[in-house]
Amino acid sequence: MPFGGYASPEQWVRDKSEYARKGIARGRSVVIVTFADGILFVAENPSATLHKISEVYDRIAFAAVGKYNEFENLRTAGIRLTDMKGYTYDRRDVTGRALANAYAQTLGAIFTESVKPYEVEIVVAEVGQSPESDQIYRLTYDGSIADERGFVAIGGQSEQVNASLREHHTAGEPLAAALRVAVRALAAGTPPGAPGAAPANGERVLSASNLEVAVLDRTRPRRLFKRITGAQLDGLLAETAPAS
Amino acid sequence: MPDPTDVTGRLPSVFMRPGTSSFTEFLSLAAPDLLPGNRQQLTGGPIEVAHGTTIVAVTFPGGVIMAGDRRATQGNLIATRDVEKVFHADEYSAVGYAGTAGVGADLVKLFQVELEHYEKIEGTVLSLDAKANRLGFMVKGNLPMALQGLAVVPLFAGYDLDRGVGRIFSYDIAAARSEEQGFHAIGSGSLFARGALKKTWKADLSEQRAVRVSLEALYDAADDDSATGGPDMARRIFPVVAAITADGFRRFSDDEVGAVVDALVADRLTNPGG
Repeated sequence: MPFGGYASPEQWVRDKSEYARKGIARGRSVVIVTFADGILFVAENPSATLHKISEVYDRIAFAAVGKYNEFENLRTAGIRLTDMKGYTYDRRDVTGRALANAYAQTLGAIFTESVKPYEVEIVVAEVGQSPESDQIYRLTYDGSIADERGFVAIGGQSEQVNASLREHHTAGEPLAAALRVAVRALAAGTPPGAPGAAPANGERVLSASNLEVAVLDRTRPRRLFKRITGAQLDGLLAETAPAS
Repeated sequence: MPDPTDVTGRLPSVFMRPGTSSFTEFLSLAAPDLLPGNRQQLTGGPIEVAHGTTIVAVTFPGGVIMAGDRRATQGNLIATRDVEKVFHADEYSAVGYAGTAGVGADLVKLFQVELEHYEKIEGTVLSLDAKANRLGFMVKGNLPMALQGLAVVPLFAGYDLDRGVGRIFSYDIAAARSEEQGFHAIGSGSLFARGALKKTWKADLSEQRAVRVSLEALYDAADDDSATGGPDMARRIFPVVAAITADGFRRFSDDEVGAVVDALVADRLTNPGG
């Protein structure tokens, strides 16, 4: 951006977008897909403690890619907002749509007002009473919001990952099958030559140790968010391993 | 609730500020008027409002039972005969209150959100001592109201995951916290309930026996304290009973409690003193 001279609004927006996109493209992807009992979140994340996926409220969860301190800030704000709403009104009145709106406004304002935009892409998902009422909102660094149906990938190579999801995802599958689709899509997203990239002859296999997996399961009581770790995750992954 | 977004629609900076994992602390910055202790100070003489009465907690190897009668009184009247005063605090703890019902209900509600909020922000649960400590802060916040006659004290019980035992914490209105050994009771009928528990509590109670002992104590409290409700056999309204063990919080169904109460009342027909 030129200092002192004139820069058109188009130029400012273009430069900021490019900056944000570059930051986001460096990170690995997160995949969100629906399955028979709810919504599944799968992130490629070697850290067991620095999460990309989080519970927000009874039926609502959050997933993010990009700069950790920035999306952690948004995550905390979302938990504060929803807890405050539930406390003042009722637990049933806390909706994913309202949270997604607040995030859109906030990201939009940060994009236009700050010199540096947030380098994040986030998803707010709310599991409904039935598969038809599941909601997935994808929000980008400039506050744009999209209502996604069935699946979405955010982060690094989201185009390849989304293409794989489009090809393989079917609504209403059991959890293990949905997990297979998600993991396969994440593997498809790693650029050739990158560390951990697929060998030239086949697909890279992601293991439990570098996956962060969680579900919003509508069959659970009250708080529907649950992390899937350890033996349960190993079991699900083994169940879905393609026969070779 | 004040509109949490400013003119640009962006969440105010207080939402984005890192630092606190406490919902109460956050509310005190973002919307202090929502905190129970910050209500406008009342003036004038004492007022008659609903009071909750007796709560008991009983430990047994492997956990703790909390039970409360269902009566709320307003002066000489019964305000409610099916009020609930024992609540799920989080997966491994329960909280009950005795005293001003409105203030007690607010305290419990805030405490529940406080625990869940911390758990979500930090991604880990508080230790049992920390939960008891947080509750103490909330009781302290209510001191001005207590001095004006709207006193409430909680009883807190939970399963300590680190030590593998059930523990009980009590508070006075100035939030002096004390850990109780074996059993405890609070509220207007607590004297009689504690007297009963002194004779019936043993260190090696089974869970089922601990439930019976708790219900006996409430029965004895109702026997001698007019503000404590006995089991309502006609309407089938029974005390709320919850067990907290390594498996988490479990509230007993009305049928389960009803079966124990029926046996208890049948025994008392021939032996009123228990």
